[in-house]
Amino acid sequence: MTQSHRIVGGQIDRTKTLSFTFDGLPYQGHPGDTLASALLANGVRLMGRSFKYHRPRGPISSGSEEPNALVELRSGGRQEPNTRATVAELYDGLTANSQNRWPSLRFDAMGINDKLSTFFAAGFYYKTFMWPKSFWEKLYEPIIRRAAGLGSVTREEDPDDYDKGFLHCDLLVIGAGPTGLMAALTAGRAGKRVILTDEDFRMGGRLNAETFAVGDAPGADWAAATVAELLVGAFDHGIYSAVERVSDHLPTPAAGKPRQILWRLYTGKAILAGGATERPIAFENNDRPGIMIAGALRAYANRWGVKVGERVAVFTNNDDGLRTAKDLQAKGVDVVAVIDSRQGGDLLPGIRHLQGAEVIDTAGKLGLTSITIRHANGRSETVAVDALGVSGGWNPNVNIHSHHRSRPVYDASIAAFVPGQDGPPGLLVAGAAAGQMSTHDALKTGRDAALAALDLGTAPDLPQAEGAPIRITPLWHVAHGKGRAWIDQQNDVTVKDVKLAKQENFTSVEHLKRYTTLGMATDQGKTGNVIGLAIMAELTGRSIPETGTTIYRPPYTPVALGALAGRSRGTEFKPFRLTPSHQWAKEQGAVFVEVGNWLRTQWVPKAGETEWRQSVDREVLATRKSVGICDVTTLGKIDIQGTDAGAFLDRVYANTFSTLAVGKCRYGLMLREDGIVFDDGTTARMGENEYVMTTTTANAVTVFRHLEFCRQCLWPEMDVQLISTTEAWAQFSVAGPNARNLLAKIVDQDISDTAFPYMGAGNITVGGGLRARLFRISFSGELAYEIAVPTRYGDALLREMLAKGAEFDPIIYGTEALGVMRIEKGHVAGGELNGQSTALNMGLGKMVSKKKDSIGMVLSQREGLTDENGYRLVGVKPVDLHAKLTAGSHFLEKGAAPVAANDVGWLTSKVYSPHLGCDIALGYLKAGDKKIGQRMRIVNLLAGLDTEVEIISPHMFDPEGERLRG
Amino acid sequence: MASLIAMTALGAREPAIITRGPLTITERFDVALASVAARKGRMADVAKAAEKAGIPLPGPAAHQQGTAYSAFWTASEMWFVEAPFATHELIADLLKSALGDAASITEQTDAWVVFDLAASDLARVLERLCSVDFSSVPAGYATRTVLEHLGVYLIKHGPGAARVYGPRSSAESLLHALETAARSVF
Repeated sequence: MTQSHRIVGGQIDRTKTLSFTFDGLPYQGHPGDTLASALLANGVRLMGRSFKYHRPRGPISSGSEEPNALVELRSGGRQEPNTRATVAELYDGLTANSQNRWPSLRFDAMGINDKLSTFFAAGFYYKTFMWPKSFWEKLYEPIIRRAAGLGSVTREEDPDDYDKGFLHCDLLVIGAGPTGLMAALTAGRAGKRVILTDEDFRMGGRLNAETFAVGDAPGADWAAATVAELLVGAFDHGIYSAVERVSDHLPTPAAGKPRQILWRLYTGKAILAGGATERPIAFENNDRPGIMIAGALRAYANRWGVKVGERVAVFTNNDDGLRTAKDLQAKGVDVVAVIDSRQGGDLLPGIRHLQGAEVIDTAGKLGLTSITIRHANGRSETVAVDALGVSGGWNPNVNIHSHHRSRPVYDASIAAFVPGQDGPPGLLVAGAAAGQMSTHDALKTGRDAALAALDLGTAPDLPQAEGAPIRITPLWHVAHGKGRAWIDQQNDVTVKDVKLAKQENFTSVEHLKRYTTLGMATDQGKTGNVIGLAIMAELTGRSIPETGTTIYRPPYTPVALGALAGRSRGTEFKPFRLTPSHQWAKEQGAVFVEVGNWLRTQWVPKAGETEWRQSVDREVLATRKSVGICDVTTLGKIDIQGTDAGAFLDRVYANTFSTLAVGKCRYGLMLREDGIVFDDGTTARMGENEYVMTTTTANAVTVFRHLEFCRQCLWPEMDVQLISTTEAWAQFSVAGPNARNLLAKIVDQDISDTAFPYMGAGNITVGGGLRARLFRISFSGELAYEIAVPTRYGDALLREMLAKGAEFDPIIYGTEALGVMRIEKGHVAGGELNGQSTALNMGLGKMVSKKKDSIGMVLSQREGLTDENGYRLVGVKPVDLHAKLTAGSHFLEKGAAPVAANDVGWLTSKVYSPHLGCDIALGYLKAGDKKIGQRMRIVNLLAGLDTEVEIISPHMFDPEGERLRG
Repeated sequence: MASLIAMTALGAREPAIITRGPLTITERFDVALASVAARKGRMADVAKAAEKAGIPLPGPAAHQQGTAYSAFWTASEMWFVEAPFATHELIADLLKSALGDAASITEQTDAWVVFDLAASDLARVLERLCSVDFSSVPAGYATRTVLEHLGVYLIKHGPGAARVYGPRSSAESLLHALETAARSVF
């Protein structure tokens, strides 16, 4: 297809031709084109269907304010819905499709909605789909969702990468039009670090779209094109964010390169030079393809060398609209009429300039064919045109200045809102964004803002530029007839909808927005909001300032979710933590489980084992028979030193540690302030003023943070120093009847029961002098130790233990076997330390010392927590040893109906015990300590289980603890 | 001194040297590290003993090079002290004998993986990874920061040289983040 609507000029590279497709049809454009400018150059005006009524729509703008020309860009995993054709940079091979139409854009069956528009007025859904209630989710909502809406989301994974980054500067300049460029120039020449951002891929803002000069050069030449960034929002503490579109102008990003980068910008000062957005005027059928804001019509001609129509008219209430007519005429476009709602003033030479006239209606099914004009004397006239530029005035882009809830104020002299007083600290506003509309004023206020922001002395000279005043007589909508006049084209909100909102007393702008959907979705009402609220002001008789605006929130413009996610996806969602035995375990084909960020060995299958239970049972049996080794490096280790270390521990633990002898360790229970159990672990006294605390794997960080809070904020007078040593030591549990025999081959010192008794702890050496630590503690109920060496030697220690202890057939066991053995012994872990349970619930009530104060001690004595018939930890086994138990099942008395009122507790953890030959479980049962030996039921309605069980002591294996003291 | 053979944080016998375009990442396996925290009210004693033993104790956000010992500030009255591993593997014991009971000292050598980064345009890699304004801070700047979800210490040794102390167990993830950023930038 030829580019039938190209005219001379523009900032496109005509020496190169780019091929692209829209709805499967091939077209051509040039570098510098947007998708919209290229389609318009090819005579394509129809680019989409409207949200609700499926009205044919074309672009009304040439920028990010575009409500209509939304397309699906690219295909497969790279498909991007709701992309504004007006900002999509054209590249060779680009594919785009229209959306929200079926079966095609030209013939859309859902266009029937337009005929039924009476039914689809604002509030229709709220009022109509109320009954029956159950129909909403299953019937109404799916149908409405299919009929309405924007683009579709690809079901494929996005193959591209997105980066995040951090930039620092003295001055952030938001917008690279004349204001922003002059501000950046001023600060840059003063040697300041400046970041200049703009949403367009070409710097210069409106200078690219105008014909007037800056200094001696055309404005566009003055504007230097540097980077292409897009500002997203203003956040607290002088932090802004922007998305850099690194590869959006390429079919696929280069290898290793991201598609976009989300930058976090740290700056002392910022200047908002975001310019202004032109707004239309509402009149009947003002939404046909070919009707645009006048500045866009002018931009397409000046910047892209495109005439939108052969016969063009302009409808304006201000002087800027006249500029469009003059520019188009100068480009040789046939300007058939200028409809100027104002009376008086100079007439445009050589153009039919109708003063005091208004456009009252239009015609053309898939694109504009004519407009109807009402002259000052009341006479109507229909004029054949295929493009109409509408200018209702310019709205300063106050959005970013209002992201901290600053309310813009109304400036009647330009009939628009300008930034208020209480914007983000350090943010200045200049140029059109501040209501300074001429190029001269833009340059001057841009320069002055940079001088003020950075307290600079010397200023560069201002280039000569036009300084035309704003002459506007507000006209928000044309009162005529009963047809629909669009305000918000993206949401199909009309003047009638605003009237209905008023009629139903939704007169606050926030209510108006929610009731009519005015200003929602991707364009956030950039062209429609002010018209909507002005009409509401007219209807209610309040002034525009009294009516006010809605709250502005980031992002300023749509941002891809990929950019927000950055690299945090798939296996890169979070970093991994690998244990010192990881290498060995990988060699053995171990199965790993994620525990927080850690990858822990879950079990280590041996040849011939086809099912996980076989591996786990074997590991448990081998450990209890001879010796097993488990990597417990993941447990948190905190070094606690200082002359008050013991006293500090007495306060953070429910039980006492200051009396612990050097060279011994003790099980400790830590409570939250509210008396609930927080964490548990053993703490060893390594020296007079030196302790090593262990925490659970899950709470390693939270316990450390808690201790730091206690040290720094609660008791800063104490002499206590803390540091995490979790990663510094590789620590292994060595458990089983032969644990000591195996370790004796490794440890350089005597570790006999006399020399190193139960709960002993100390510094030792291994392998001929390597510093190490040994703790005689047991989680499995076996004779057990934990041995630690500097992490770099962990792998070697493990291999050494396996080699030197070969005669004892040592096995490595994983977290599953660990779980089996601790449940057999009735030790609490994750399922029991659930953030809702007390020491009393766990059968550890006596550990909470009343002889001293400690965190949580007082509140653990609350009435509700000390009920003697409250939950108690019990052991459970099925009466029929073949029956299965399920964690989460609930306890019921025999004969009780399975309803919540009869619920007396639940199973917290369940395993198969190879020693007891059946499923066993731990659980919290009301008055459980008085029910040992009784029979009950456990019921799980989800799993369909109703099983008779026997309540037993939680210490199900070796209840006297003879093995661990052996 | 012992029969056990050490393994690097990346699971190898020898430290890694990786080149990604102009960036060189050198894993340092030869650094002994310990934390030194003054006991309450004992700062003067620590300062005196440290000076005598040649242990620098720089101010906030700074690293100071010394002959045997170098150090960087980590918190109020707290430092990480570096020394050559070959001669100072028992760095905690050595510091304890130098500073006595005026300070709490904890071995940190194997809690961290150490990467030295070298590139003429290092700031461009680091700006993808952490919020430190690398190009404007002076050489000898040391800070705690977050780099791809990982808490690290970052020390600037020059415009194109930095050292990163990252959590040892996440050495692979940290290296991956550094390599990915380098590929993205260069």
